[in-house]
Amino acid sequence: MDQYDLPDAGGHFGTYGGIYVAETLMAALEELKAEYARAKADPAFWAEYRQELAHYVGRPSPIYHARRWSEALGGAQIYLKREDLNHTGAHKVNNTIGQALLARRMGKKRVIAETGAGQHGVASATVAARYGMACVVYMGSEDIKRQSPNVYRMKLLGATVVPVESGSRTLKDALNEAMRDWVTNVDSTFYILGTAAGPHPYPMLVRDFQRVIGEECKVQMPEMIGRQPDVVVACVGGGSNAIGLFHPYIDVPGVRIVGVEAGGEGLDGVRHAAPLSAGTPGVLHGFRGYLMQDADGQIIETHSVSAGLDYPGVGPEHCYLKDSGRAEYTAIDDDEALRAFHDCCRLEGIIPALESSHALAWAAKAAPSMDRDQVILVNLSGRGDKDINTIAGLSGISL
Amino acid sequence: MSRIAECFNRLGGQKALIPFITAGDPNPKLTVDLMLGLVDGGADIIELGVPFSDPMADGPVIQRASERALKHHVSLAQVLEMVAAFRLENSHTPVVLMGYLNPVCAMGFQRFAERAAASGVDGVLTVDCPPEEAEELTGALNAAGLDPIFLVAPTTPPERVARIGRLARGYVYYVSLKGVTGAGHLDIAEVTGKIAALRESIPVPIGVGFGIRDAETARALASSADAIVVGSRLVQEIEAAEPQAAKQRLARLVAELKSAIR
Repeated sequence: MDQYDLPDAGGHFGTYGGIYVAETLMAALEELKAEYARAKADPAFWAEYRQELAHYVGRPSPIYHARRWSEALGGAQIYLKREDLNHTGAHKVNNTIGQALLARRMGKKRVIAETGAGQHGVASATVAARYGMACVVYMGSEDIKRQSPNVYRMKLLGATVVPVESGSRTLKDALNEAMRDWVTNVDSTFYILGTAAGPHPYPMLVRDFQRVIGEECKVQMPEMIGRQPDVVVACVGGGSNAIGLFHPYIDVPGVRIVGVEAGGEGLDGVRHAAPLSAGTPGVLHGFRGYLMQDADGQIIETHSVSAGLDYPGVGPEHCYLKDSGRAEYTAIDDDEALRAFHDCCRLEGIIPALESSHALAWAAKAAPSMDRDQVILVNLSGRGDKDINTIAGLSGISL
Repeated sequence: MSRIAECFNRLGGQKALIPFITAGDPNPKLTVDLMLGLVDGGADIIELGVPFSDPMADGPVIQRASERALKHHVSLAQVLEMVAAFRLENSHTPVVLMGYLNPVCAMGFQRFAERAAASGVDGVLTVDCPPEEAEELTGALNAAGLDPIFLVAPTTPPERVARIGRLARGYVYYVSLKGVTGAGHLDIAEVTGKIAALRESIPVPIGVGFGIRDAETARALASSADAIVVGSRLVQEIEAAEPQAAKQRLARLVAELKSAIR
């Protein structure tokens, strides 16, 4: 694929993306687009962003060769991009720093965010504290139950966590509620959107702030193994960690790109969260993309053991990459993800996030049939400390 | 001439009252009757909400109405059937569908426009489809003789107002506040000033809505707008009433609002 240069001026990746919001938000998105264009051309903006990533987040994050696990699988070598080692425990902070710096340039003193697993909420609360901004995080009441450690973390950081009781009480409803807040407080408030979805310019913005993941890998892999990996793989909910890893590799021939969706209880039913694997295109949350929807265009309640992947849509760039064939998308079900979670804990001494465990499970499934000198690079997008209550609960243990 | 244009003609400068209810709320059997109740009370045009699972621009009242309708699995196709049933009883009151783009996408723009026109729909307002993305949909609507209705917001800059003015048919819906439907911080003086400014580039009548909760506010805004849209307040009435009493209570409230803007 040569000269990959998307999105277009209207935020389209092929037929996906765009701006589908009520009129009241159009001016705010236009303002954000203009400010980002200025920031993008300002070397001082990127210098500060990189400074923050180095000294506050701890980047570059290392790549680690999961030798014991690879050995046990007996095929391809699995390498892990350690986004779990970032400050706040996941890749989300790369984006929240970028957007908070933009908010500061725009003179906004209040930030809002939606969160599913709580990782983006924590990353938003963190940067709000760091830059002295008020922070309100919207979170589905169902997710608040599943992710209580992160809820408390956000409160410790000074954020207000607002439980969302509408719809399925998960990430999609939190996003609706954040949009409603934004439309009401549009003059004072910056909306820090956490995934590579939503109306333009968010999918582009989030991608540009997460690209650092793949850019580092492109330098680190040759240092470690003398070449680029054969496969790069990441879990896909909205798709921010995946696009961060994938985007710098789109133009690199010979690198297979694999996105892993949440297969939940299996793709043959409706209890999953895999719009690219089993959905159809439509419009939700400000953009056009693959959705989990019924024949009437109503959004279906999704299911995944991981709150962060429990989302009925997927970012428009992934939709484009799927249709163009440059990336392939597949699903891993709850059981497979849980098995990979435990294997990673016991064989490598790393507790991965349940979200990232989907990508790990794909690697564990693919590795045995690959050659021993082939390399799979997995984005370990977050750590699993937040998931220990869920895991314990599944084992019948109350912590 | 479209039924909406005819309606404004007939009013001859009198202000139109546009009540909104959600189709299928509190259950699909009542909708046609409630629409007739709105007409009894003095509704000039009816905005009929198409329920959607993720009503991003709506406040809690209309969200709940959508949820009640979706408990009965009310689809866009069924909403069109309700309009067709209403048309058997009433041939002069324009009906505007108001909702979100995805159910329309799922049906297909062309198919939707044809079926809506055949059912007796007059205008379509898709809240999350700004002019930038509306070309294909407005093309299909115009071809079927339906009026595409657009929102204008307090944040809309003049050049966009002009663009919307070129696309708009029927009327333009001015959002009276920065917020969701049913919010409570409307500034009458500010809205009046805005509407006057919009006249320069909006050739069709201007309706105003979002947050109009009582006769007094309706009266104050009717001095500048051509039409007053009331939604959440009516939906609250449906929510509070026993199903068999809802029609009468709606008619009474609509009559009160209508006499306030006369």
